[in-house]
Amino acid sequence: MKHTILPVVTVLAVVVLFWYGAAIWLNAPWAYDQAARAGTTLGWGDMVAQTMEQSRPVLPAPHQVLAGLWDGITGQKITSRRSLVWHGGITLSVTALGFVIGTVAGILLAVTIIYSRTMDMSVMPWAIASQTVPIVAIAPMVIVVLASLGIKGVVPKALIAAYLSFFPVLVGMVKGLRSPDSMQLDLLRTYGASDAAVFWRLRLPSSMPYLFASLKVGVAASVVGTIVAELPAGAMAGLGARLLQGSYHGQTIQIWAALFTAAILAAALVGIVSLIERRVLKRMGLA
Amino acid sequence: MKKPVIHAQDVSLTFQTNDGPVHALKDVNLAINRGEFVSFIGPSGCGKTTFLRCIAALETPTSGNLHVNSISAEEARKARSYGYVFQAPGLYPWRTIASNIRLPLEIMNYTKQAQKERVEKVLDLVDLKGFGKKYPWQLSGGMQQRASIARALSFDADILLMDEPFGALDEIVRDKLNEELLALWARTRKTIGFVTHSIPEAVYLSTKIVVMSPRPGRITDVIESPLPKDRPLSIRDTPEFLAVAQRVRAGLEAGHGT
Repeated sequence: MKHTILPVVTVLAVVVLFWYGAAIWLNAPWAYDQAARAGTTLGWGDMVAQTMEQSRPVLPAPHQVLAGLWDGITGQKITSRRSLVWHGGITLSVTALGFVIGTVAGILLAVTIIYSRTMDMSVMPWAIASQTVPIVAIAPMVIVVLASLGIKGVVPKALIAAYLSFFPVLVGMVKGLRSPDSMQLDLLRTYGASDAAVFWRLRLPSSMPYLFASLKVGVAASVVGTIVAELPAGAMAGLGARLLQGSYHGQTIQIWAALFTAAILAAALVGIVSLIERRVLKRMGLA
Repeated sequence: MKKPVIHAQDVSLTFQTNDGPVHALKDVNLAINRGEFVSFIGPSGCGKTTFLRCIAALETPTSGNLHVNSISAEEARKARSYGYVFQAPGLYPWRTIASNIRLPLEIMNYTKQAQKERVEKVLDLVDLKGFGKKYPWQLSGGMQQRASIARALSFDADILLMDEPFGALDEIVRDKLNEELLALWARTRKTIGFVTHSIPEAVYLSTKIVVMSPRPGRITDVIESPLPKDRPLSIRDTPEFLAVAQRVRAGLEAGHGT
């Protein structure tokens, strides 16, 4: 543990230092500009101080982002439109629904693909093609089409999240369900085992390490999908909407605070999946 | 006349590969009687494993007749006539030893009570009493292989087919397991087909030794062992044992010459 703390802190320190340097460099022109308008000259020390506390900096300094994050999380009532907890909660609920839909769809498709060569040949290329289309291009169309069918609110956004998260699950599960070697399959043949018995007793348990690896990618993709889905809807709620509002009004600190909230949310979700993974695989003797 | 348990007539098997056809087996004729311990020995590529897999209907011969208990190998497999032991134990890491042994019983829909009784019985047979609740990783390689033999015995198939079951184990463990296997065979009276490439192992265990040679895979010699049924490990130093071993070696060399 001791040996890992030092390198981790060092890397973090380098990142923060680099960020401060970039903030000074990017925010300096505006500081000089202001000074020129006021007819004063700006010393280097004053310039640095000013780049740290602009209200709409090109690049907010780390402490400004932290302050924005802190205010958004603890400084507001959680029912407030300014609360990152409120926006985060909405994003989380859509992410969760999309993740569940995507995971179920991915697993079901994987099962049909391993048992049917036709499905393998016909579905897999489309699944791959689906991921090459930029999600930003598809999201508005999905929302508009579903809205015209009277489906609004959480479901369209969750479907976009599912669209991103089903793919890693599909690829992982196809690999996982095919992972038992021929010896293990032959063994079950000598018992005269049915396909169903082979699936439930061998293929499914064998696929668990692959499933969890996919779920970690899938849950992060689901957060991205949700945020992208929140952008075009003219939505007033969710971290994506918060990002969009921030960019409309040049509130860079707000943008960064929302970004960090999204990153924290995604990291927490991946962390939860990892925790479950460790427990399950350990119990199964696969870790 | 007694009918053989396993009866192969002109069995051939050709694999079509990108480099042309490979004759894995060519005109194999063999009769195995009930209760015999038959070893298949030969160099890699002689088709000994392929022949064992044909008996278990894991491969289908391209020509010839192969009958097991007077029905086809495929029907015999479906009638659950075989216990098959592979070179690797192949135990499921997520199941305990008892649960691994129960696997075939679950698939064959034995009652819970019957499952429990049979698991106890075979654990005792392979000398693993008290290890049922352990997981595979808690056992040594030799013990894992014993568990896999117990799994093959659990549903009382008449025929036990073993494909180099002790090939991955060290010689000391292998000697011990060979001795135990003979004791087990004496108690259960099963018909055993055993693939190996160790001459001492084949001679020590078998009542009948089938010597095979490659390209194309075929039988070059079938030796009925003159050794008594009761075989301590020290029998391997007797002149009778060495004479049989000598004949096996000669058969292997003759096969190489062609």
